[in-house]
Amino acid sequence: MYIKSVIAGAIASVGIAAAALAADVKVGFVYVGPVGDYGWTYEHDQGRLAVEEHFGDKVETVYQELVPEGADSERVMTQMALQGADLIFTTSFGYMEPTINVAEKFPNVKFEHATGYMRADNVSTYSARFYEGRAIQGHIAGKMTKTNKVGYIGSFPIPEVVRGINSAFIHARKVNPDVEFNIVWIYTWFDPAKEADAATALIEQGCDVVLQHTDSTAPQAAAEKAGGVITFGQASDMAMFKPTPRVSSIIDDWAPYYIARTQAVLDGTWTSTDTWDGIGPGMVGIGEITAAVPADVKAEALAMKDAIASGDYHPFTGPINKQDGSVWLAAGETADDGTLLGMNFYVEGINGDVPQ
Amino acid sequence: MDFSSINPALLIASLMVSATPILLAAIGEAVAEKSGVLNLGVEGMMIVGAVVGFIIAVNTNAPLLGFICAAIVSGIFSMIFGILTQYLKSNQVATGLGLTLVGLGLSALLGRPYEGMKSPTLRALDIPFLGDIPVLGKMLFSHDLMIYFSVFLVAIVWWFLKFTHAGMVLRAVGENHDAAHALGYKVVRVRMLAIMFGGATSGLGGAYISLARVPQWTEGMTAGAGWIALAIVVFASWRPWRVLFGAYIFGGVTVLQLNLQAAGASIPVEYLSMSPYLITIIVLVIISSRGNQGAPASLGRPFHASS
Repeated sequence: MYIKSVIAGAIASVGIAAAALAADVKVGFVYVGPVGDYGWTYEHDQGRLAVEEHFGDKVETVYQELVPEGADSERVMTQMALQGADLIFTTSFGYMEPTINVAEKFPNVKFEHATGYMRADNVSTYSARFYEGRAIQGHIAGKMTKTNKVGYIGSFPIPEVVRGINSAFIHARKVNPDVEFNIVWIYTWFDPAKEADAATALIEQGCDVVLQHTDSTAPQAAAEKAGGVITFGQASDMAMFKPTPRVSSIIDDWAPYYIARTQAVLDGTWTSTDTWDGIGPGMVGIGEITAAVPADVKAEALAMKDAIASGDYHPFTGPINKQDGSVWLAAGETADDGTLLGMNFYVEGINGDVPQ
Repeated sequence: MDFSSINPALLIASLMVSATPILLAAIGEAVAEKSGVLNLGVEGMMIVGAVVGFIIAVNTNAPLLGFICAAIVSGIFSMIFGILTQYLKSNQVATGLGLTLVGLGLSALLGRPYEGMKSPTLRALDIPFLGDIPVLGKMLFSHDLMIYFSVFLVAIVWWFLKFTHAGMVLRAVGENHDAAHALGYKVVRVRMLAIMFGGATSGLGGAYISLARVPQWTEGMTAGAGWIALAIVVFASWRPWRVLFGAYIFGGVTVLQLNLQAAGASIPVEYLSMSPYLITIIVLVIISSRGNQGAPASLGRPFHASS
């Protein structure tokens, strides 16, 4: 009898201890690439680690990497929700519809979808104004190209990527009227071998600047192997390729946002919102511009960065024509967010069509 | 549209680089399947080879040693599959898929400290005279050792399967393991060796991605190349030269479509992107449509010496 009650007591106290250890909020993250891609997914995971550090025992995080976009991601999200996640960040464009579907089945779980446009009562969207960083890259690219050919590795022809191409092109043309963009679509976010092949193809076509909108550092490695080519870090600093080929970078800083949203769930104040922040609020960072960039170009780039951050300059300021020559923005007019979010056209001067 | 910017010599050179990882993995898998073993763990063996090759090359500064170690380690790694399926009679499909998962996880673990590091790459061979031929020299005689080795390997496998006694035993085991067993051949031993060979070449293929094609280590970097290799073995109807042909067509169309895009071809990008898969399948199906091209009769079937 005595032993039984001791055991029962021990079990009970273990139960209480476990309950005390259990976190108040469980946050899940769904990643499209591996956390070690040193690009897109790496930065989201840095955000997750920042949440863990900020909240300590109060918050538990879980993540699943290399989740294919589409139906398989629904399974992963459902599993996270069933395991008791209170807040789930789904961090790739292709998770948009799966997120909405799963959110319908779990009305008490909050979802946050990155870079999409579909929302619900328990689904928020968030993204960063990467095009602000692209403007600065375009400026540096236009100034530094000697062959006047800039290569651009596109992932999927979605507004976010098209916007980046347009922003970079406008600012490259502004400082170099002869510059041409060669655009290659590879229909994947993460495939190092294919990304390297695409970079190699562009370099063989005479491009001496390669911009990428894919997640791995493979294009940087390909550019380094080829030599005489400059690149920019994408989504993350990719600092291991400094000072060349990587001469600057766009860094996505998700940590403050992830901490704020987790706090909102803890406080019970979470509501469905739409966030789209840029250089000003710090969601988009510009990585160190290396010494490979001439000092005057660097100064101009930094001045542009400050003007964008303070709101004095909008990267899409007219006059800008669409590819077919029709007027998109009159002189001095700036693009509204609605048009930017649905952007599916090239601006005047870019060759080729946006795949539909 | 201006295609003059596409340099055929550079294109062929890139094609061979792009095709070699798949070719190496596929030729090994073809041998394994010829012996009657369906190993779906190619992707896992490749990525283990990629990470091991990279680690060794970085630490010793000798890329060739990286390749050798990649082959050895992936060969040993494939023995997990071999022991489970040949001695413990586990299901080949499930075990192969398991091997891929283990490989992906293991490589991520091993590779973590090496992410973002640079590796010494394999130098292109400096072939006297041949390398100086205009166009042809750049196209065919300016590659690294592994590219020539991969073609040489295909020739060896072809010769081995077609002309040697051991090759015939291997094929007999793959066609009818009971008959081969009745004749006194060691079915399990033959299959273990075939699996190990497949593992070793897959490892080489993976190492070629991390040491030559990209070159760097990134988690999950084979990104499905192993599955392409598996498909090519089937569409090439288990014949070595067709495997080479299939891998080069796939690599070639992949590189060509990227170059066409970069050169601004007015072909819709969607068609270009699907073209490597489509063209490879169509071409291999057409050349395989004549004659007896069946799979090895015992492919994927478990062997019990008692029956």
